[in-house]
Amino acid sequence: MRDQRWWTWHIAASAVILVFLGLHMVIMHLDAVIGIFNPHGGHPIEWANVVERARSGFFMVTYIVLLGAALFHGLYGLRTILFELNPAPALKRGLNAVLVLGGFGLFVLGTWAAWQSFVLATTQAVAHTL
Amino acid sequence: MTNTPTEVIFRIRRFDPQADGEPHWEEHRLPYTTGMTVLDGLRRIKETASPTLAWRSSCRMGVCGSCGMFINGRPRLACNTQITELNTNLVLVAPLPNFNTVRDLVPDLMPMFDAHTALHPHILREDVGEQYEPTGEFFQSIHEVEQYLQFSYCIKCGCCMAACPTYATDPIYSGPMPLTQAHRYNVDTRDGGFKARKKDLAGERGPWRCHYAGECSRVCPKGVDPAKAIQLMKRELVLDYLHLLKHGCPSKIMGKPAGLKRRDGVSDAPAPTIAGAPRI
Repeated sequence: MRDQRWWTWHIAASAVILVFLGLHMVIMHLDAVIGIFNPHGGHPIEWANVVERARSGFFMVTYIVLLGAALFHGLYGLRTILFELNPAPALKRGLNAVLVLGGFGLFVLGTWAAWQSFVLATTQAVAHTL
Repeated sequence: MTNTPTEVIFRIRRFDPQADGEPHWEEHRLPYTTGMTVLDGLRRIKETASPTLAWRSSCRMGVCGSCGMFINGRPRLACNTQITELNTNLVLVAPLPNFNTVRDLVPDLMPMFDAHTALHPHILREDVGEQYEPTGEFFQSIHEVEQYLQFSYCIKCGCCMAACPTYATDPIYSGPMPLTQAHRYNVDTRDGGFKARKKDLAGERGPWRCHYAGECSRVCPKGVDPAKAIQLMKRELVLDYLHLLKHGCPSKIMGKPAGLKRRDGVSDAPAPTIAGAPRI
């Protein structure tokens, strides 16, 4: 059952990555055509544009969802590669634990960073307005 | 091949686990005869030069699946491989890889058949009574037959297992042949055994380790596409997890046609030869 469940989530995560990574590509590389996410004009990674996106709740959620999907997709793939080396059952359990804990830790760290950038950008925008 | 060889060189990997420490290669030269297959050459060698040479074969026509061997770097049926199609007069013959060798060219196929058996490669129905004492025929449309027809051509020769890079390294993976046969019955509308097979398929023994290298389909001597079956099975299991898989009831039972009369001159069917078999 476990592999059936994980594979399904692996595929679902790939669909999420496809959508959100596509969005990232559009924002970063099609700015001359679609400038809606770069309201201040210029390069997409200019400070004003970055802050503008960072204080958007939509982008904060997007970052977190993309992070979760990419971590799950990548770590499940890594697990598949490692398991093909035929580790002993005890080592398999250890690898599972390391990947789950490591993935969860990175997710928490990334979520915290996304939240902090949202708070910082919002505060800066408020300060700028004042 | 445009140039027909006059002489064929067979290099055969010999190994007797009771006498040899390691496998060794043995070379034989034979005159080429028209239509000569690798199996013909092996038979000639056994008759004339090397009577202890061991291999499996039976039908000599690509039906029984006994003579799977590793011929010039590819798993093939010895009976189905003509010398001319190898494009060389040097024929390297070894037992199928990914299996232990019983002796010479005889692989130990038991792990494959154990995995095959574990996946219930037969019709399973809830109405066991109808299965063993049918009151009529199970109805299937042409479209329903086409869902599994090509997979039913499998002769269990083991060539796909020998070509599979995942099966080469992963002893847990069931391999292309057992998975294809599980899929063959999963999509058969007469069958209701998906849940029973899912116990194995949804876990580590299932199709999840397949990399889609596609070698199994490339080497299959019967034109079966195990790689396709495995991908379809993955989709089936994902849909099942999402509760989107339609578990159709096993196909309906067709009643006896009414109003038909036996033609004149056609005698009655003989009595059943198996005790207790129903008379339909």
